[in-house]
Amino acid sequence: MAEIVIVGAGPAGISAAEILVANGLRPILIDEGARAGGQGYRRPADGLALDMNKLMGSEAGRYAALHARFAALRPQIDYRPQTLVWAIDGKRLHLLRDGRTETLDCDKLLIASGAMDRIAPLPGWTTPGVFTLGGAQVALKDQGCLIGSRVAFLGSSPLLALAAKQYRAMGAEIAVIADTTPFSAKLAAMPALLGAPRTLLRGLWYMATALRAGIPMLNGVTPVAVEGDGRVEALVLRDGSGRERRFACDAVALGYGLKPETQLADLAGAEFTYDPDFRLFLPKIDGFGRARPGLYLAGDGVRIGGADAAEASGALAAHAILSDLGRPQDIAAIRPLARRVARLRGFQRGLAQAFAWPKQQIAALPDSVTLCRCENVTIGEVRAAMAQSLGPVEVNRVKAMTRCGMGRCQGRVCGPALQEIVAAGTGQGGESAGRLRGQAPVKPIALAAAEEPA
Amino acid sequence: MSARTTDVAIIGGGLIGAWTAFFLARRGQRVTLIEKGVVGAQSSGVNFGNLRLQGRFPGQYPLSLRSQALWEDFDALIGEGCEFEQTGHLYLAYDEEEHAKLEGYAKVSESYGLAIERVGPADLRRRWPWLGERAMAATFSARDATANPRLATPAVARAAARHGATILENTRVTAVDRGGEGFSLTLADGTRLSCGALVNCAGAWALEIAERFGETAPVFPAGPPQFVTEPFPYRIEPSVQAIDGSVIFRQIPRGNIILAGYPRTAADPQANRAPVPPAKTLAAMRALARVAPMLAQCHVIRVWSGIEAYLPDMIPVIGPSGTTPGLFHAFGFCGHGFQIGPGVGLCLSEMIVDGETPTPLEPFSIERFRTATAVSEKFKKEFD
Repeated sequence: MAEIVIVGAGPAGISAAEILVANGLRPILIDEGARAGGQGYRRPADGLALDMNKLMGSEAGRYAALHARFAALRPQIDYRPQTLVWAIDGKRLHLLRDGRTETLDCDKLLIASGAMDRIAPLPGWTTPGVFTLGGAQVALKDQGCLIGSRVAFLGSSPLLALAAKQYRAMGAEIAVIADTTPFSAKLAAMPALLGAPRTLLRGLWYMATALRAGIPMLNGVTPVAVEGDGRVEALVLRDGSGRERRFACDAVALGYGLKPETQLADLAGAEFTYDPDFRLFLPKIDGFGRARPGLYLAGDGVRIGGADAAEASGALAAHAILSDLGRPQDIAAIRPLARRVARLRGFQRGLAQAFAWPKQQIAALPDSVTLCRCENVTIGEVRAAMAQSLGPVEVNRVKAMTRCGMGRCQGRVCGPALQEIVAAGTGQGGESAGRLRGQAPVKPIALAAAEEPA
Repeated sequence: MSARTTDVAIIGGGLIGAWTAFFLARRGQRVTLIEKGVVGAQSSGVNFGNLRLQGRFPGQYPLSLRSQALWEDFDALIGEGCEFEQTGHLYLAYDEEEHAKLEGYAKVSESYGLAIERVGPADLRRRWPWLGERAMAATFSARDATANPRLATPAVARAAARHGATILENTRVTAVDRGGEGFSLTLADGTRLSCGALVNCAGAWALEIAERFGETAPVFPAGPPQFVTEPFPYRIEPSVQAIDGSVIFRQIPRGNIILAGYPRTAADPQANRAPVPPAKTLAAMRALARVAPMLAQCHVIRVWSGIEAYLPDMIPVIGPSGTTPGLFHAFGFCGHGFQIGPGVGLCLSEMIVDGETPTPLEPFSIERFRTATAVSEKFKKEFD
């Protein structure tokens, strides 16, 4: 029987596994996390008394349903939690589990690796107490911890209001919700957002709640700096009218939308193409998520679409696997899934326009701002390298010259901002700046992991 | 379609081409360096960065030592740095057979004037306490060094440009012909370039040019598996090599460990791909942890390789063409071209301007491939 491996146990991976199981197959489901659910539906650590109904709010029903479905599914699949795919060599996956490496050969590989926050740097963004918005939510859902007692939310995302609501529900004070996108830009994108009214209403509801609670909500801000001596003390902004404002806080959560985690798709041989709406290089896929023979990509790991789109796209990819294995196609099931994926991903595309990635603000950042925190490279160093004769005009070359993106995270954090700095330096579009090439290991691995068992 | 004239055209903007352009321009020659991509992007930019003198092919020592003097003078010559660190090279033996081999290498090095220090087991761990138990002997050469290959070639190319060389990046040569007293090149945009002398240092892409003039070499593309770790407290000053070839590594002062290992992997210069099989990464990780056990919990953050040109006798082609006056070759550096790069550039400039070089280069003639060539022991060991 063909070995089918799914990487990622979020909504996409779980839905795909369900369909394969329903068709008499037993896929292997590899999960980097300790408990299935992915990031959005992350479950708290065992033994932690956390009120998930309160935390998940309007999503509590979906959260509970996904975990119930996974509990039913688990005996019928080969589930491998806490397992990292660190390299892919053709059809062979290289895994890291319990500090040891092993290999796994597969015939069909579905990667549903999820997304991570996209970071726009600002002066002081490496000060302890600054988190990504996703990190702030992980701290809450996984450990029941808050990143601070008085938290500022900054970025360009409808999730700022959602996370602020969760934080307030768990007892935090909210210093400000500050969005770099002007309100007019959001209104202009309304037509695209109407494609997913449930999500849109949810977003409006969060904002209304925040307003009622008297939380300052600003649109069209320009971030000035995170202030603090060794620890966050304040977030300084210029508001839409150009007035500088200082919000005392002990933590900042930065949320500029998500970017797909595409490193594994890269190692598995997917081709990439530039998406001008998201200003990211994304893997090429067909309508089912096929990237190349035997390779399928689903969920936010290939196109940002949110949890519901991830579920539907995971199911679609599973149908593609079945069809490629010679099984008859279930057209009746496939059609609504395809429509749902298209609609929800279209909505996210609208969101990416409404809550714009602040490329001009990034391009205008002062030289002194740290761009690559792993290697401690400033924006000025990148600009200086580009300005010299025979200087680099493409991200991989900039990385070679300056070490920007060469450290522990391999550009996962600084990559999108680096791309904008390079694009601004050449005066060309984001596409011409190029894409940081992926290499193993996907996450750092200790030398000891290579030891062969005695 | 425009036409231009230059004294010397150099095809290939790697380290060799850049140094050749630099020395020629300094001698007042009109030089045009033509690079299909950007300077120093291929093996010149992605190699391990070793400026190793110990254990080289004996006939290469005059060239190698001349080259080291240029590296030692890099900042003054070039006007900017390339992270040159003269921290020595430690060659390790793990059994008697390897020890005897080490001693053989040491005698050769010494006969060319290199100072080699022999270190026994007791002193080994006193001087380098991070060494594992099994190393039984070592030789240490203090003059050996390392540099950052990503920085070196662009810096040399900039210096060449300051001396008047023309550097054409992102420019392909589409045709090379004999013309007049010299050569006529056609570039991808249709420009014609006439030159008196032509230097072929196109690395893994050089064979096509040699064959255009009726000579060949059994060159093939491959790359070493390499990786870099996260920063670790700076303890390991010299670059370190196990004589069995399982591991060559160095630590840079900012803390990262950089490793290159064997066996090398075939690369694809057309698709511009040099894969690193994960199994080779794992083998190199084990080898590194054996040599320096303190690194067991140090994390590997990235693997990479590059496309290098190899020849079965594991020595490069350097010198005049056997068929065509005015044509000079320098390619097939078999993974050890970085150290001799400046020297090769200097020798080529002397051959072109003076008609001769004081450095003996006979062993590197392309003419050796007119007859069947010997396959080096190193070659057998270093490839799958």
